[in-house]
Amino acid sequence: MKTALAPARLGADDVLRVGLGGLRARPARVVLSALGIAIGIATMVAVIGISSSSKEDLLRRLDRLGTNLLTAKPGDTLFGDKAELPESAPGMVGRIGPVTAVGATGSVTATVRRTDRIPDEVTQGIAVQAATPDLLGTLGVGTASGSRLNAGTGRYPGVVLGSEAARRLGLDRAGGQVWIGGRWFVVVGVLRPAGLAPEIDRSALVGWDAARRYLGFDGHPTTIYERSTDASVGDVRDVLARTVSPEHPEEVEVSRPSDALEAKAAAAGAFTGLLLGLGAVALLVGGVGVANTMVVSVLERRREIGLRRSLGATRGQVRVQFLAESLLLSAFGGAAGVVLGAAVTTGFALWKDWPPVVPVWALGGALAATLAIGTAAGLYPAMRAARLPPTAALAAP
Amino acid sequence: MNTLGADAQGENIVELSGVTKEYAGGVQALRGVDLVIAPGELVAIAGPSGSGKSTLLHMIGTLDRPSGGGVRVAGHAVADLSDRELSALRARHIGFVFQQFHLAAGVSALDNVADGLLYGGAGLTERRERARAALERVGLGERTTHRPHQLSGGEQQRVAVARAIVGEPDLLLADEPTGNLDTAAGAGVLALLDELNRAGTTVAIITHDLEVASRAPRRVRVRDGLVVADERAEVGSR
Repeated sequence: MKTALAPARLGADDVLRVGLGGLRARPARVVLSALGIAIGIATMVAVIGISSSSKEDLLRRLDRLGTNLLTAKPGDTLFGDKAELPESAPGMVGRIGPVTAVGATGSVTATVRRTDRIPDEVTQGIAVQAATPDLLGTLGVGTASGSRLNAGTGRYPGVVLGSEAARRLGLDRAGGQVWIGGRWFVVVGVLRPAGLAPEIDRSALVGWDAARRYLGFDGHPTTIYERSTDASVGDVRDVLARTVSPEHPEEVEVSRPSDALEAKAAAAGAFTGLLLGLGAVALLVGGVGVANTMVVSVLERRREIGLRRSLGATRGQVRVQFLAESLLLSAFGGAAGVVLGAAVTTGFALWKDWPPVVPVWALGGALAATLAIGTAAGLYPAMRAARLPPTAALAAP
Repeated sequence: MNTLGADAQGENIVELSGVTKEYAGGVQALRGVDLVIAPGELVAIAGPSGSGKSTLLHMIGTLDRPSGGGVRVAGHAVADLSDRELSALRARHIGFVFQQFHLAAGVSALDNVADGLLYGGAGLTERRERARAALERVGLGERTTHRPHQLSGGEQQRVAVARAIVGEPDLLLADEPTGNLDTAAGAGVLALLDELNRAGTTVAIITHDLEVASRAPRRVRVRDGLVVADERAEVGSR
């Protein structure tokens, strides 16, 4: 009996070899059409990576700063005037059970200047504030130079500058003098950025008693900061206004500074849809480019296809060959895009001093998108190639 | 169909009976061709362009199906075979040599020849080993790493011949094998085909060149879609 005729299977390694061989014959075209995919994937990976890095940075800061800080500020009175908090308020807050630390600032009308020769109006946006001795401990702000105010320095004309205030005054270390309210104050310390209380960064802090003695401070706090245990933040929040101002609790504004950071982190995590959409469009255009390249390739390679059919390739094997080429083409693009996107993310994050983060799901998504695009782009050209008759090899050029 | 029950070895390699081929538009390329090629033959199928010899090549090479009549190749009735089975038939039983060589540019002679086994199921190592042997048979054992553009036309056609015979097919089908070569190179390729035939390979050469055809011991003349002459040379004439 004659032997049954069954086509031999083409192994995966041979499919890969044939596919790569087809691409190697036209390197410039491969690079150009893979570039489209690369740009699309790189855009999407970078958009996701940068927003993830930004979110990670905010979350880490939040972690470091804590979410248990509450502030109380005077709101408006019934008549629309600025309310005033009682002088006793910080002490009262300190007596709330779960509260672990209390600090307060009070606005002082004086201005701070580098020397007495600078006009009074030039404030440079720096507020002079009276600070209780526990303020910096409550906020967890360290000093970049010098020391904090203590019970001693708080009584004498000494000042601690917030990080931004120091920069604006051109003083980066403790030891100098500044002109506040008609007299020299010694710069006792310069602070690091305060994180949760950016208003402190732009302040010149004078001791509570010194402010009363030298700067005419009335003793009414304008912001009270308190920290409690994490679990009791909600309970403290409920009683804070009444504790601060038992007679007019409605005139007290209570807020949680970490809420703003948390909202920012959530917004940063929700990467901008517009940019992601742009990346998707680039990817789509890249896919069309690959499809176009493949169609042209099939047209040009009619004779090669005919030859393969005459060598015994089945229609399926021709189809697989062109599909493999299309997949490899977009896989090259996708790999280049992932590398490029990760590099852009890393570079941008390092420049911004963020921890570089490219989520694993973004890489998986990029891979899936690449394979989907490669398949979609290769399907039609592969079908066309498979439909070519074996006699194509013999057709006149 | 195969009542003799013989293996392809013992029966005719090609059997065409009353084969007709009509193309869309009503062109009658073949009008009833009977042709038998026995194992070990060297046949030249000659005819002017438009005679139907290319269509005849398609039929013998199972690259196309007839409109009417029967085609049997290596014992298989083409009409009974699916496209997949026809592919397997070509992979195992027929080796093609084309006028334009059809070698892959930028690929070594060895791998070009090895591709002749790509669809036969052998692994890469075995394919390359057999390709090396085939290149030695056609006298290009020293040229295995050369790329097509580093070879002369005659050498390129030898590589193509090596690719056709690497799978040890029952039939070597050459379509105008000397059409793109100068006289000396063409003579070399014909001598090679002759030599392969003496070693046992069945060879069919399709050509319009009567001089090429005259060298073959059997000459089939085709004109207007019919076989008009089937001459065999006397013993010892070649």
